[in-house]
Formats: sequence, C-alpha cells, structure tokens
Amino acid sequence: MSSSTANEANGLTSVEYIQHHLHNNSIGEGGFWVLNLDTLIYSWLLAGVLMYIAYTMGKKMTPDTPSGGQNVLEAIVEFVQQQIRDIFPGSNPLIGPLALTIFMWVFLMNAMDLIPVDLLPELGQLVGIHYMKVVPTTDLSTTFALALSVFALIIYYNIKIKGPIGYIKMFLFHPFGKYLIPVNILMTAIEEIAKPVSLGLRLFGNMFAGELIFMLIALLGATSLLGLGPQIALGTVWAIFHILVISLQAFIFMLLTIVYLGMAHQEIDEH
Amino acid sequence: MSITATLIGQMITFAILVWFIGKYLWGPMTQMMDDRKKRIADGLAAAERGVHEQELAEQKAAQHIKEAKEQAAEILAQAQKRGVEIVEDAKDDAKAEGERLITAANAEIEQEVNRAKETLRAQVVDITIAAASKIVKKEIDAKAHGELLKDVVGQI
Repeated sequence: MSSSTANEANGLTSVEYIQHHLHNNSIGEGGFWVLNLDTLIYSWLLAGVLMYIAYTMGKKMTPDTPSGGQNVLEAIVEFVQQQIRDIFPGSNPLIGPLALTIFMWVFLMNAMDLIPVDLLPELGQLVGIHYMKVVPTTDLSTTFALALSVFALIIYYNIKIKGPIGYIKMFLFHPFGKYLIPVNILMTAIEEIAKPVSLGLRLFGNMFAGELIFMLIALLGATSLLGLGPQIALGTVWAIFHILVISLQAFIFMLLTIVYLGMAHQEIDEH
Repeated sequence: MSITATLIGQMITFAILVWFIGKYLWGPMTQMMDDRKKRIADGLAAAERGVHEQELAEQKAAQHIKEAKEQAAEILAQAQKRGVEIVEDAKDDAKAEGERLITAANAEIEQEVNRAKETLRAQVVDITIAAASKIVKKEIDAKAHGELLKDVVGQI
C-alpha cells in the first residue's frame, strides 16, 4: 500500500484517516440505540437556519417591493409549486411544505459537503471533540428518517384516498389482474418497499461517495508534497461538480416524494 | 455505518421543520403570491375595462356632438325661417299702414281743399260784392241783388 505511508500530522495511516473521518460522534450502548450527536447537531443547526430564514422572511415579506432574499425564496417556492402542479393530482395542503422542506433541508445538509473535509473536524479536535461527521446526509439515519417519513405518508394517503379495502386490493390485483394474486402481492410489496429504500439509499450513496472522494483527494496532499498540486486541482473540480450533485440530489428527493405521494393519491384503476 | 436511534430524532426534527415551514413560510408566501397574482390580473382587467369604457365614452361624445350640431342647424334654419316671416309680416304691416296713412292724408287734403273752396267762395262773394258796389256805387243794394250774386258765386 503505497498510499498508506502516513498522515504524519496526526500520526495516522490513510486507512485510519478515512476510518476516523467516517466515525460518528455518538453516545449509546451500540446496536440500534445509539445517537449520532454530530449528525443530530448539524442537522438541527441547519434546521434552525431554515426556521430563522422562514420566520423572518415570512414576517417581513411584502407583495409590492420584494427584496433580494424574498425574491430567492419566492423563486424556490414557485419552483416547488410548479413541480407539484405538474406532477401531483388534486391538492393537498401538506405536500407543498413537505416538498419545500425536503428540498431546502436536504440541500443545506448536502451543502455541508462543500466545506473542506478537515476544517470542522480539526476545529473540533482543538476543543476536544475527537470524532465528527459534518454532512448529516452521509448518515443512513438521516436519509432513512426522511425516506421512512415519506413512506409513512405514502401508506397513510393510500389508505385515506383508496380506503383500507382499496389499498389491500392494490396489493391483490395490481400489476397482473386477479388471476395472479400471489405474484401480485409479491410484486406490489417489492414496489412499495423499494420506494423508501431507493429514496434513502440514493441520497446516502451519492453523498457518502462524494464525501469519500473529498477525503481521498485530501489524502493526496497529506501523503507527499508532490500530491499538493493534484489535490488542489482535483479538489476544485470535484467541488464544482459536487455543487451540481448536492442540488440534484435534493431536487430528486423532493421530486420522487411528490411522485410517490401523487401515486398514493390516485384512485385505484380497475382491472 | 448502520441505522441508529438518530433516525427517530431526525424524523421528529423533520416533522417539526415541515410544520414550521408550512406555517411560517409556505402558507403566507403562497397566499401572498396568489393575492398578488389576483391583484395583477384584476389590475389588467380594470385597465382593459377602462380602455373599453373610454372607447364607449368617445363614441357617446361623438354622438352627442353630432346631435348637437344637428339641433343647432335645425334651430338656425327655424330662426332664419322665422326671421323671413317677421320681415314679411313687417313689410305687409308697413304696406297696410302706408296705405292707411295715404288714405287718411288724401281725405284730409280733400277736406282742406273743400274748406279752402268754401273760404274762397265766401271771399269771392265778398270781393265781388265789394267790387260791384264800387262799380255801381249805390245803385246796387246788397239785399236787392243778393239773389243774383249768389247765383254768380255758385258758378265760380
């Protein structure tokens, strides 16, 4: 392993460096009952930022002379509204705030990826915090919290719109009609469960991979002085590309939420 | 690298955040944007209506002007007709008055002539008597020859 020479500054090998960076700062006994404090605190901070923006903007916005911040928010709200209008059948007062929240919160959490990988953990080291993962969406708990919340809403609206019997009917008769009921149950169950799993894993995978590549790029300069040039070049290119990735992943998560909830709002089609 | 109880915390955070953003940002902002959309649409409709009303008003004004002109022309024509009538009447009156005056004057002239004739006749009698008495001196008695003289005067 030529790259495992050493991160001399911290006395860590490359593998240890990466493992260190992928370690959550958590409390708990292990297994499920663990709280990842870094994930929680960073997502709360970003949620707080969003709440602050939402509250102040909601209070001071004017219909006649919108200021810069209001224009940006109006553009985002209008964009989300347009997506809902295009995709979502009927109307639901929850879908708008839900989609907007997903878009902005996921975007902000993803955007933590653009902060240099070592900056916040190193600052943490200075005040005695030894483990810190700054991007909440590189934690499966975050992405699945969102995905499972959406999944719960999918089930709720399926039952609310189609009725409990309609929902069961969807499982029984859905893809192939009434003669292949066992296959139907299997297919529909897979289809439904695939929704939250794909939602959660897509976001997690993209952000985790992005973070990992940032770490590998950071290792370039750490291993030798010759790596410093490539580190800067590759880091810049990857960061610019990552701006696209973080917006796209936030957008996809929002869009699929609207699509899935839209499907839940459709009356069952008779076979 | 596994799903932990953090999930529950994140779900609660998510629910609160959705509620908060719905209440303080999405609700007021979509409401405001809808209101603004409606106001703009109303404004445009009002402008459209204003243009239409102006057109109508212009048409009405043109109509009024046309009617007024027609009325004025009518009044003018009537006035001219009336004027001509008045002039004609005045002419007729004047003619009648003139004739009356002429007739009256003629009658007066005749009277004057007659009166003059009478006076003249009386004076001629006196002059004749005087002249005759001078000629025949005492021979003619006014009383005796009165009959003759009257006859003479009647012939003048």
